[in-house]
Amino acid sequence: MATTYQVDKTVDAKGQVCPMPIVTLAKAFRDLSAGQILAITATDPGAKKDVAAWAEKTGNSLLEMVEANGVLTFYLKKV
Amino acid sequence: MFGHTAQDKQQQLAPLPAPAEATPPATANRLAIVLFSGTIDKLMSASIMATGAAAMGMDVEIFLTNWGALAFRRGDYTSNTRVSADYADYRGTLLEQMAAKKVTSWMENLEGAKEIGNVHITACSHTMTLFDLQLSDLEPIVDEVIGVAAFIEGARDSAMTLYI
Repeated sequence: MATTYQVDKTVDAKGQVCPMPIVTLAKAFRDLSAGQILAITATDPGAKKDVAAWAEKTGNSLLEMVEANGVLTFYLKKV
Repeated sequence: MFGHTAQDKQQQLAPLPAPAEATPPATANRLAIVLFSGTIDKLMSASIMATGAAAMGMDVEIFLTNWGALAFRRGDYTSNTRVSADYADYRGTLLEQMAAKKVTSWMENLEGAKEIGNVHITACSHTMTLFDLQLSDLEPIVDEVIGVAAFIEGARDSAMTLYI
């Protein structure tokens, strides 16, 4: 069970195939202010490591990843 | 007698030329891609690398040469279904799977990359001359036509360089 986050924005990237999940993520992040939290769902198995790598490279914070029934949900905070 | 000292010898030799300008360390936050290929399997690969890098905040420099430049002729991408000859037997499966899984096309990927990041696409002037092409004959996503020296100068310090 994921920690309850105060999610400011939710994005659906289910069904998207690499590279689309991180493109969707990058686009969604542009509209966020520092400190805001985004939840993004994806089904692409590559997204697991891709989202973590994206957060690492861009200096943003991956708070948690939850996996349920083939759907990955990532909670990220804009730094 | 002869009496040449080592020092005398040194003075008689022509001075060494100045050392060539040192290559800058390859640390710039940039991915450079030389895109030589024009088959959709390779165009897809190049577009995913470019898009991934752009999404991660890297500058991207794409130099289109040979078949890569031809693949960007206006409208060509709408009918290009060429696949590497070695894998001609996989062509059908590839095209079917791309449609079935609703994969974004290589051109869509590049358009997305330009939207989210700093992506610069250039065409090789040698190729353009060979095939009698001008910038206006290419898709507007191509920014300019340049020669090899301009590409090398602009890309030499990139952290990553790929040849596709």
